[in-house]
Amino acid sequence: MSDPMDFLLLTKGPLFDLAITVFALGLAARILEILINGRRPNYSEARGGQWLPGLRTVLTRSVPDPGTFKRAPFNVVVGWLWHLGFIVTLLFFIPHIALIKSLLGLSWPGLPNPVVDLVTAVTLVALVATLVHRRTHPVKRRISTLEDYLVWTLVFLVVLSGYLAYNRIINPYPLALGLHILSAEVFLIVLPFTKLTHIFTAFIARWYNGASFGRRGVES
Amino acid sequence: MSATPSSTGSPRPSPETSPFTLERGLAAFRAEIDGPVAAFFSSCVHCGVCAQSCPFYLETGDPKYTPILKLEPLRLIWAAEFTLLGRLKGLLGLNKQVTDEMLTQWEELIYDSCSMCGRCSLVCPVGNDIQAMVRKTREGMVASGHAPEGLIGASVRAVQTGSPMGLQWKTLQVQINHIETSTGLAVPVDQAGVDYLVMLSSMEVINFPEYLEAITRIFDHAGVSWTLSTQCFEATNAGIQIGNKDVAAILVQRVVDAAVALGVKNVISPECGHAYTAIRWEGPNLIGRPYPFHAFHIIEVLDQLRAAGRIKTEGMETDRLSLHDPCNLARKSGVIQQQRNLMDLVAENFVELKEHGRFQWCCGAGGGVSSNERAEPLKLAAFKMKKAQIEEVEPERMVTMCATCRTQLEEGLEHFNMDIPVVGLTELIAEHLVEREPAEQAEGAT
Repeated sequence: MSDPMDFLLLTKGPLFDLAITVFALGLAARILEILINGRRPNYSEARGGQWLPGLRTVLTRSVPDPGTFKRAPFNVVVGWLWHLGFIVTLLFFIPHIALIKSLLGLSWPGLPNPVVDLVTAVTLVALVATLVHRRTHPVKRRISTLEDYLVWTLVFLVVLSGYLAYNRIINPYPLALGLHILSAEVFLIVLPFTKLTHIFTAFIARWYNGASFGRRGVES
Repeated sequence: MSATPSSTGSPRPSPETSPFTLERGLAAFRAEIDGPVAAFFSSCVHCGVCAQSCPFYLETGDPKYTPILKLEPLRLIWAAEFTLLGRLKGLLGLNKQVTDEMLTQWEELIYDSCSMCGRCSLVCPVGNDIQAMVRKTREGMVASGHAPEGLIGASVRAVQTGSPMGLQWKTLQVQINHIETSTGLAVPVDQAGVDYLVMLSSMEVINFPEYLEAITRIFDHAGVSWTLSTQCFEATNAGIQIGNKDVAAILVQRVVDAAVALGVKNVISPECGHAYTAIRWEGPNLIGRPYPFHAFHIIEVLDQLRAAGRIKTEGMETDRLSLHDPCNLARKSGVIQQQRNLMDLVAENFVELKEHGRFQWCCGAGGGVSSNERAEPLKLAAFKMKKAQIEEVEPERMVTMCATCRTQLEEGLEHFNMDIPVVGLTELIAEHLVEREPAEQAEGAT
């Protein structure tokens, strides 16, 4: 890391290729190892369909029922806040859009930098709040594993390094940007092997849930 | 994988004296893992929201009752054997093993503190069907010899005598005689070719004989052709509760055999929650083929008769009535509107509990909790959720349509000195039937 520019080029070149490859292959393997198990045939007389209720649950499960919201307002509000902040920053920061365009050829309008900057700051605060909640809520404390804290650290570092780079808090800039890209690459590499897979598999899980309840005539 | 109970120092019987071994348990866990289970475990982010849907956690405050935590044995098997990473870790001996000690510890979590009410499955943000996985986990618990004594007893009695309470036909026959005397109506038995085979639960026969009388009167009123079967009258299924497909299949097969022997078009599951799940949803899969008949809960049939104009009622209940939806019926089977249609028929002062229908709260006794004597304190704790709901709307009576729920509501309300009687919906309907006026109308039967 003697030359920050070399470091940046390393993260943008070979490390990026490595990260994308591990991510793509790993994720494909994870999804395959889920779907390959299949489901047993169901001989009971269906009361409703599976596909539409499944797809419905994929969407509706993002919003809790009023009772659950009342019992777990922190989970809902802070959970929504940082997920939304993360997604907005990922997909609407102009340099991110440029990167996606160079990879996939797709592009869309971005948000002004100061807006993304504010969203990022809110996301960081919300993430800290989730960590405090995890350490203090008896249920979350009891069910948390080392992986939960590792994944939290990684997500936090990705957002934090982006924030530091954008605001030129770490210098020189190539080093700051390189660190941000590196943390994102580590994120991509561990994604298929940790609970981060929920980014993709939660939709499969929700579909199975909605399909199973839908078949029995229940909106889930 | 080759560990035997003795090598792990478990107090459980050795393989020589018991057919239940850790190895068989692990095999049963393995056999239960399918696409949904893999998707669910892959998606859990340990957010803990499931705990906020569980009466056993909410009313005890003990985080060990967090629903997703109850699945740890099944999750360990999935992680070790159904993921690439787990298999790699296995080569290095890094996977945590499921042991008899662990399963002994988990027995309370998977049985005593779970009524399989399915509320967690409806609130999990990533969509994990936790209740379905509890049902699956119980298969491994039984096979490894870690099921509660109370449920083992009920299962053995059900297989050996046909009833989890050891009830015999002759007891039911006595009740039939009483009903025939008091109503002046015949209770059809072993009538071939009728439309409906009516199944019962032993608990109903013993605790709520008014149910069979109500059916007799309603079906006579509506002109329904029906029968009981001496070959099999028990609809409940201890195999579903304890979580053993072999036992469950034997019990379902008896119902199917009785229905086929009489050539009925429909089978009616009684006012019981899990019996409906057993007959309606699990049954065909347990025997590996579709039924040659349709299966209904009695409430569905009554609502069909209502819609067809075959139930004529008179008079309304004027006191404040509220409704407890059994989990198996509402959340797990979508029978939600039917009971409300029927309530509207006979109750003019009906008030809903705040969270009802698919988001109702469990009474705390389902899923075998009520057959598991040592779970009594937890069962009562979980009831407090229901109690709070009832207190909120202050009904004068509660109405429900499951004998287990009804017993739990009665006992729970009694325990907390709440003077709120509980009635079954079927008998409530029967009380309001318009008297028929054909030739045989007489002064005797009122």
